[in-house]
Amino acid sequence: MSILVNKDTRVITQNITGKTGSFHLKQCLEYGTQMVGGTAPGKGGTTIEGLPVFDTVEQAVRETGANASVIYVPPAGAADAIMEAVDAELDLVICITEGIPVLDMIKVKRYMEGRHTRLIGPNCPGVITPGECKIGIMPGYIFTPGKVGVISRSGTLTYEAAYQLSVRNIGQSTAVGIGGDPVKGTEFIDVLKMFNEDPDTEALVMIGEIGGTAEEEAAEWIRDNMTKPVVGFIAGATAPPGRRMGHAGAIVSGGSGTAESKIRTMEACGIRVAPTPSEIGATLAQVLEERGLLEKCLVK
Amino acid sequence: MNIHEYQAKSVLAQYGVAVPTGKVAFTVDEAVAAAQELGGQGVVKAQIHAGGRGKAGGVKLARSLDEVRQHASDLLGKTLVTHQTGPQGKVVKRLLIEQLTNIEKEYYIGVVVDRASGRVVMMASEEGGMEIEEVAAKSPEKIFRETIDPAVGLTAFQARKLAYGINIPKPLVNKAVAFMTALYNCFVDKDCSVAEINPLVVTKEGEVLALDAKLNFDDNALYRHPDILALRDEDEEDPKEIEASKFGLNYIALDGNIGCMVNGAGLAMATMDTIKYYGGAPANFLDVGGGANQDQIREAFKIILSDENVKGILVNIFGGIMKCDVIANGVVAAAKEIQLNKPLVVRLEGTNVDLGKQILNESGLNIVAADSLADAAQRIVALV
Repeated sequence: MSILVNKDTRVITQNITGKTGSFHLKQCLEYGTQMVGGTAPGKGGTTIEGLPVFDTVEQAVRETGANASVIYVPPAGAADAIMEAVDAELDLVICITEGIPVLDMIKVKRYMEGRHTRLIGPNCPGVITPGECKIGIMPGYIFTPGKVGVISRSGTLTYEAAYQLSVRNIGQSTAVGIGGDPVKGTEFIDVLKMFNEDPDTEALVMIGEIGGTAEEEAAEWIRDNMTKPVVGFIAGATAPPGRRMGHAGAIVSGGSGTAESKIRTMEACGIRVAPTPSEIGATLAQVLEERGLLEKCLVK
Repeated sequence: MNIHEYQAKSVLAQYGVAVPTGKVAFTVDEAVAAAQELGGQGVVKAQIHAGGRGKAGGVKLARSLDEVRQHASDLLGKTLVTHQTGPQGKVVKRLLIEQLTNIEKEYYIGVVVDRASGRVVMMASEEGGMEIEEVAAKSPEKIFRETIDPAVGLTAFQARKLAYGINIPKPLVNKAVAFMTALYNCFVDKDCSVAEINPLVVTKEGEVLALDAKLNFDDNALYRHPDILALRDEDEEDPKEIEASKFGLNYIALDGNIGCMVNGAGLAMATMDTIKYYGGAPANFLDVGGGANQDQIREAFKIILSDENVKGILVNIFGGIMKCDVIANGVVAAAKEIQLNKPLVVRLEGTNVDLGKQILNESGLNIVAADSLADAAQRIVALV
């Protein structure tokens, strides 16, 4: 079991003929993901990697039976691409695009109200259920099928965490990059709920960063509801206030969103926080050992 | 992106936000001429990209042209140190000469993007002139908020609720509503990330005016606002950061002596944190992006080394899709090209990591190949 994506997920790529979209299409096909087609307005009727290309998402869904989409449309058209996918009633839309204007995302979220599509991202690496389905730009080989869920606002820190788990023989159920933008489709709490209900996830790694208060809210939710151990890491303790650290959402403003506040709240809510990113794997292993879960989480 | 107060007021005025009459001046003579147009007196306001100018002596009242001349010559070229500039301060190169205002009372209006609701929120408070964070900490009940539905915009009833909440005099409520509506329209039309009117003032003559104005813009949306982009003042930015942005690198200067080059914003922050954890001090944040090639690595080295405090460099690349041997070759070639003569510790992880390390070790350069981020941080801290 897993969350969000599995071997039955059928995926279309929006902007399938673009440089990034076509590159990662190939990578995802090699990983074994059911990539079933894609869209590129004006190029409908052609094929790429043997897969059909359509002008609209509606056509692509109708013809391929896709239930998920991954978006590599450049920032100026990305919000429209998300809404097109939502309108086509896909279950899951993953937006990789970085640099979408915040006010565009505010409109997108309003547009999505009352509709059933789940949006992951934007500005994220994607979602992977190791051994079954990889949607996005993450390197597949660092992930191992298993029982630990990973949630992160940062792409490369997701890789760092998954790699540290894999070298310790601790597999992952699903890894979800929720993205580094301030306004996004899915927050920590949404994913935590899914992992809490997933019978095959035994523990979680949650990686946050400065900016906003989503980690604090997630920590309080974990304290009140989570039945599984959670290990955390927060990036940005040394970031100067008022500066945007690469990600649009990574900024300490008006004294709020500091790493210190997040770590303090997380620890107060029973989350073990790794002191450096190098120790995420070791910290999780230690917590699993203490809870008698290590054996269960090791890859046989 | 930030702009100056006088620019913000001019943008706001395009949307019907009421602002005092004023003019920018780059020289003392221009300041005097501007004051002449205002009837021979005015307020002389230093224009820098930082708040707290009043307390730092950057805002002066002038009752005569001689006083305008005096204040303008005092302020132009002066380094102003406010709580937002850092200890090094900022040099004043522009002034705003503005009409005197008969202030009856000061208020606060702010517009921000609220992450939790995914909406734009307008905030108002009766505590004009105070920073909103301070009000939030001391008397949160004095802050009124309205969450705005993007499909309909700020409604009149919401603006009225804010105006009544902060006790705008009853006869002026309609003016305040028009002010807030214009402010919201400007915010969404120009893709602002923050709009702050602090203070908003009610004058003795019964006007509702933006006495100060701060607008920040969403960098991701600047492509559709060439008029705003034209207001950028590069004198207010770090030249190294401007240079870095030309090569698609995300660089932010810090105070330490260990230069950092990392792929990914989260990992770049985490690398800085790890250096600090092991007793060092990072000199910068630098994200080379996902597809770091030799050109980008070379330019990144150049920018890091243009900071004279840098005594050594830590490169931390999680290979991911890019193979480590390719990255190692890029690092070695770039280091040779710029004749790097400072300690360099490189941590690579990913496909072909052993080959990557071998390339680094056999390069003939003074490069240490580290095994993990923790190992890399400890080594570079020991070397500087």
